[in-house]
Amino acid sequence: MTRSAGRPQILTAALLAPAVLLFAVMLLAPLLVIVVFAFGERAPAGGYAAAFTFDNFLNLPARGKAFINTLTLAPIGTLLTAVIAFPVAYFLALRCDPKWRVTLLVLVMAPFWTSQLLRYYAWIMLLGAKGVPAWLSYLGFPDIRIINTPWAVLIGAVYGYLPLMVPPIYVSLEKLDKRLLEASSDLGATPLRSFLQVTLPLALPGVATGAMLVFILLMGDYILPQYLGGGKVFFIGNALVDLFLQSRNWPYGAAVSLALVAIMFVTILVYMRFVLGGSGQRRVALV
Amino acid sequence: MNLFMYQLHRGVVGEVDSVIEFRKVTKRFGDVVAVADNDLAVMPGEFLSILGPSGCGKTTSLRMMAGFEQPTSGEVFIRGANVTGVPAYRRPVNMVFQHYALFPHLAVSANVSYGLRQRSPKPAAAEIARAVDEALAMVRLSGYGQRRIHELSGGQQQRVALARALINRPAVLLLDEPLAALDRKLRRDMQIELQNLQRDVGITFLLVTHDQEEALSMSDRVCVMREGRIVQTGSPRELYDRPVSRYVADFVGKTNFFKGPSAGEVLSIRPELIDIAASEAELPAGVSARFSVKVLNRIFLGEHTEYVVAHARLGEFMVMAPRKTERHAGLYEIGEMIAAGWRPEAERILPND
Repeated sequence: MTRSAGRPQILTAALLAPAVLLFAVMLLAPLLVIVVFAFGERAPAGGYAAAFTFDNFLNLPARGKAFINTLTLAPIGTLLTAVIAFPVAYFLALRCDPKWRVTLLVLVMAPFWTSQLLRYYAWIMLLGAKGVPAWLSYLGFPDIRIINTPWAVLIGAVYGYLPLMVPPIYVSLEKLDKRLLEASSDLGATPLRSFLQVTLPLALPGVATGAMLVFILLMGDYILPQYLGGGKVFFIGNALVDLFLQSRNWPYGAAVSLALVAIMFVTILVYMRFVLGGSGQRRVALV
Repeated sequence: MNLFMYQLHRGVVGEVDSVIEFRKVTKRFGDVVAVADNDLAVMPGEFLSILGPSGCGKTTSLRMMAGFEQPTSGEVFIRGANVTGVPAYRRPVNMVFQHYALFPHLAVSANVSYGLRQRSPKPAAAEIARAVDEALAMVRLSGYGQRRIHELSGGQQQRVALARALINRPAVLLLDEPLAALDRKLRRDMQIELQNLQRDVGITFLLVTHDQEEALSMSDRVCVMREGRIVQTGSPRELYDRPVSRYVADFVGKTNFFKGPSAGEVLSIRPELIDIAASEAELPAGVSARFSVKVLNRIFLGEHTEYVVAHARLGEFMVMAPRKTERHAGLYEIGEMIAAGWRPEAERILPND
């Protein structure tokens, strides 16, 4: 790295200052507050009272169910979304007529145009007793319950996060050099082997990026489990809403959210190693 | 019939079976006819080039041999077997792509071994490793196996692409403008290397190029294409000395065209076959046509000097004067009146297509 000649250091600092300030104020300061809170005590009337105790962390298992739900349903939801998004992105990037491509991509994103709440309400109707289960029993299937079960949360996760998963996979498939597939075919690989040995490995960075986006958002989600899980399938996010807004136990809530931050941090580290790692060589851009 | 006997018969159409053959092959893309009713036979062990400007159908022809495209009508044969409709992955030919198309996520050795690893049954690991070492040695890249593709220079990538194709011992190696992406100096080196490689491995090479110099210098035979049709096939010398039409004469080497004896014909005279001298009397004996011309331009090109001269009736034409004649007669200045002429055998009357 060579420093660009002639630009005074003071100018560089001045140009960076707004971003650094914003970063410090908007991200680090709240995080610091959370850390301080996490070691404090609940004030008698709720809120925060200064103290130094590890009790909040030791109490984390009390919310174990929320952690278990989040840590099982978020990865499974992410995986399901990726599995369903891949063929969509593959079709858009490699199989569909280019003149339809933009239209279809916009359609994939279309659900984002309406409110999340509205869309989950629609799913409550669809998955509720008078929705899909009713149609299925009309067709002779045994009665099943979907709403307020983990299944409903997973269906909601796939539906809600598909628009975030498709674009990064699409981009990595779109910029895949199609001549590589010809080369692979020329060297004797059947279409399936070409897909497994060339297309898939080269699209993995896109899958990882999409999975990362969805996983982080899904881990912190509380609207989805609240509406489609109906309070029975609750996430860490729901626990936080409860702790901060209902029982006003801010220090305990701070400890729970710190645990969530720690889990995210580890996930991002794994992602960085996976996508940027390899032979210590930056192989692919983030998107 | 073994390889050596093939080599003896090399280039003689009809005596040995072709290794790739087009029979009445036509390829249309919508309304556009890319390849029109072509017959072509590639002989075992030969180095054949398909030469033509972009859009003449040469790449489409190559892609039909590889199996990336299927003919609209006609048939393709490889080693006597009709492979029309057979996909690329079931054809015993391999291709070196214009921009190499190396797999960026695989190391050099994994790129080179790719073809062997697709085989069923898959060869043993030790066997593959040995073949990779051999192939890399062949293209002078021993020890580069663990490198990643993006760490290699253009010339090295080119050689990996060659090794990746040749390791499979294809019936024919198809080369799609393989040198186009290299700089001039490297291109010359690779031309020589390709020729040597072809002689060493004894595999049939089929090269597609728009560069006439490349085609002439490397190939045993050249096939000139125009607008989807094969215009002429022959040795480089045949094409140069006995072009069948104005188009071939123009495309292969430099030449001067003059008005022909009839409207449909032109007179072609290669610039190196024209003699110049200070006066008509000083032109060598045997020169039948003698003209008084004016020097319009002079370009020094090292081993020879290129003159553009003008004659009142014939118009402007080009003359290549070797250094030797320069030593005899000296340099002619721009604007000077000199004499130009040629022997009767230099004249070639060609259809004006």
